[in-house]
Amino acid sequence: MDTILFIVFAIVAIVCAFNLVLQRHPISSALSLIGVMGSLAVLYLLLGAEFIAMAQVIVYGGAVMVLFVLVIMLLNAGTEKISRKSWFAQIAGLPLLLAFVALLGFLIRGVLPPLRAVQFGSWVGGTAERIGQMLFTQYLLPFEIISILILIAILGAVVLAHKEFD
Amino acid sequence: MPHLPPVPLSWYLILSAILFALGVAGFLYRKSILTVFMSIELMLNAVNLSFVSFSYELQRIDGHIYSFFVMVVAAAEAAVGLAIILTIFKNRGTLQIDEVDSMKL
Amino acid sequence: MNLWLIPLFPLIGFALNGLFGKRLSKLLINVIAVGSVTASFIYVLFVLSKLYPLDTAHSEHYFNWIQSGFLQVGFDLFVDRLTAVMLLVVTGVGLLIHIYAVGYMAHEGGYYRFFAYFNLFVFFMLILVLASNLLLLFVGWEGVGLCSYLLVGFYFTEDFASNAANKAFIVNRVGDFGFSLGMFLIVIAFKTLDFGKIAAAVATMPVEAKAGTLTAITLLLLVGATGKSAQLPLYVWLPDAMAGPTPVSALIHAATMVTAGVYMIARVSFLYNHAPLAMSVVAVIGLLTAVFAATIGITQNDIKRVFAYSTVSQLGYMFLGVGLGAYSAGIFHLMTHAFFKALLFLGAGSVIHGLSGEQDLRHMGGLRKAMPITFVTLGVASLAISGVPGFSGFFSKDAILSAAYTNAPWMFWVGAVTAGITAFYVFRAYFLAFFGNYRGHHHAHESPLVMTLPLIVLAILAAGGGFINIPTWLSPAFPLSEHENVTAMWISASFGIIGIVIAAFLYVIRPSLAESLKTSAGGLYTLVANKYYVDEFYRAVIVKPLENISRLVLWRGVDEAVIDTSLVNGLGRVIRGWGSILRQLQSGSIRNYATWVLAGSLLVIFVLGLVGGGR
Repeated sequence: MDTILFIVFAIVAIVCAFNLVLQRHPISSALSLIGVMGSLAVLYLLLGAEFIAMAQVIVYGGAVMVLFVLVIMLLNAGTEKISRKSWFAQIAGLPLLLAFVALLGFLIRGVLPPLRAVQFGSWVGGTAERIGQMLFTQYLLPFEIISILILIAILGAVVLAHKEFD
Repeated sequence: MPHLPPVPLSWYLILSAILFALGVAGFLYRKSILTVFMSIELMLNAVNLSFVSFSYELQRIDGHIYSFFVMVVAAAEAAVGLAIILTIFKNRGTLQIDEVDSMKL
Repeated sequence: MNLWLIPLFPLIGFALNGLFGKRLSKLLINVIAVGSVTASFIYVLFVLSKLYPLDTAHSEHYFNWIQSGFLQVGFDLFVDRLTAVMLLVVTGVGLLIHIYAVGYMAHEGGYYRFFAYFNLFVFFMLILVLASNLLLLFVGWEGVGLCSYLLVGFYFTEDFASNAANKAFIVNRVGDFGFSLGMFLIVIAFKTLDFGKIAAAVATMPVEAKAGTLTAITLLLLVGATGKSAQLPLYVWLPDAMAGPTPVSALIHAATMVTAGVYMIARVSFLYNHAPLAMSVVAVIGLLTAVFAATIGITQNDIKRVFAYSTVSQLGYMFLGVGLGAYSAGIFHLMTHAFFKALLFLGAGSVIHGLSGEQDLRHMGGLRKAMPITFVTLGVASLAISGVPGFSGFFSKDAILSAAYTNAPWMFWVGAVTAGITAFYVFRAYFLAFFGNYRGHHHAHESPLVMTLPLIVLAILAAGGGFINIPTWLSPAFPLSEHENVTAMWISASFGIIGIVIAAFLYVIRPSLAESLKTSAGGLYTLVANKYYVDEFYRAVIVKPLENISRLVLWRGVDEAVIDTSLVNGLGRVIRGWGSILRQLQSGSIRNYATWVLAGSLLVIFVLGLVGGGR
């Protein structure tokens, strides 16, 4: 059962990712990205990461993507026009990417030691309780720093958007 | 229902690599700033998948913690980044990244 | 015994006058300058009286100056009989000339500067004489060369004077190059520069029948001596050095500095005694110089130039003396020459001073009534240099010629004829200046006491100095090999007197005869009067090619083409080229940056995968 789920949602993710890259209008790309995130949430569940899956849906799908769509609507972004600049990126990009994927594939299959198979329910360690424990004991310092980071981001966003009034 | 063999973890990792590559492709080939930004988010998600997979492999929770942090950072970055995009739109009137190239020699 | 005090007094004099002289009164400058040399002289007398009879050398070691590998050079001073003679000459005659200079320079600008340099010169000369190793001697050697430059170029606003100073220094430098090479050879051969140690080492070596290391060393040292002591071929600076004030000519270019070469050869006599080939070269050079310079002296019209060529000629005699192995004769002549040559120059200075700067013999004449003291003292000096029996020059010149008579008779005859020529040109100058009618435009007057007193003292020394038996005094170091040869004595004396008689005839009794002789000699006279065109020859063969090479090869070729264009500018161009290539990276386009990041990260992953793949 989990195999089928994996295959289905993996294909959905890849198709949505392709759609994101190939679509002309930003709003279509945004909706594709939501699709990707959703399928990834399912994959997290299959891997036993229940808290992360939930956070993915709530934070990414519910907050970040909403923000994206809001900004797209605000800016009234239209379809893209063709541009001839940055020919270097366009020409060298594809071979580099293919090489990149090939290299990673080789490393995963060849260099890494044999990995286990994924079985839904074989590991139940991804609970919120465990994450909370780790977060507030072993990873306390990064946690605090992250909170300051969010504070700074809020301030930055407010300052950047605020200028026009003065 | 036919009993299919379980999915090896390496497939998750390869999926992560493909998603990451697609994100880079979007970054390199799209002109609209917003699309570029979304490609960045795609890349971050791919990395998250990789973290969680390895967490499953090692049967430890640390991967989840890293993934959580990545998510937080991505959210903060999205907020600030979109604010910057708004400012650029106000100043330049364009959303093409090719036209935001005044920092050159 | 504190030998270091001897050179210290003049050094203090130099420092005080040099640093503060501008603000001091003339009287104070005089006191410092003359006083320091007086203090040196008195201390020399004190030291010598304490050390008498000075059978063995008295040396003092102060500190280790150089300690490098096997070479150890200390700041050592020592006194033996040879040094004693030199010390007395330098401080004694130096003191007299200092006193004279007080009067001579009374109206000149730069008064304190003159006396500062004068004192500095005495300091270096004393270092040269007191040194107990070759390097310290060389320090004094170079130092007196420096002071010579400073003092010849004293009137540096005149082109002629500054050129003469440059010439003196540069020609000296050529000699010093040979000297340095000689020192290097000595270090290689003997591993030390100390005179005592070298003497001990040489004593065990055989006499070199043909050319060997010792011959090379001595010949190189001889090159240095010809530079400093104005012998062929490096004598050309001395006549031009007359551009300096007359006391300078007297002290430096007559009595002391130019004798440093002779002193040096006598000091390392133990080397020369083992290299007979080099000694013959020394003697021949000395003899040729003596004749050469004497012939030029006949034709000169500037009174100082006559005496300058006379100095070159007399130095040739000293070289002849030491070259024949008669070291004590050479040093004896050095001492008497200091007396009468200094007197000649000071007398000439008195004449020039009395005529308010006139130096041309053709504009003098009949001065014996206006300047009686100068007339008498210069007369004594001229008699001394001509070798008239009884005067000092007679004894010393005779000692040298006796040695020649027994060793190489042809040298004796050449030397005797030269003695005649010497007498001739000296008395030519004397008669032209003091006899006949006055042909000038100035009002002549006698010099003040401060100038005439040293003249009188020197005249007494020039007359009686011959009775100081230097050869016997120096005999422990320089064995008396030559006995007084009576025949040689009479022959040389008579040549001298014949020279005086001819001069008297040509310039007092029948002046017109001199003129007609000059015109009939024609081309020969022009050749000699122009100093055999040696200066012009040097200019064409050495100076001009050097200038051209410097300009064309070194300046245009190396400096401009290679260094400026290729290296310096080339480096700039290369960097700018690379810069403009690398600049393309900063295109401002984000996508290009991202592509480069991708490429870079690909590389990193690749390397990490390879490196960490084994684990």
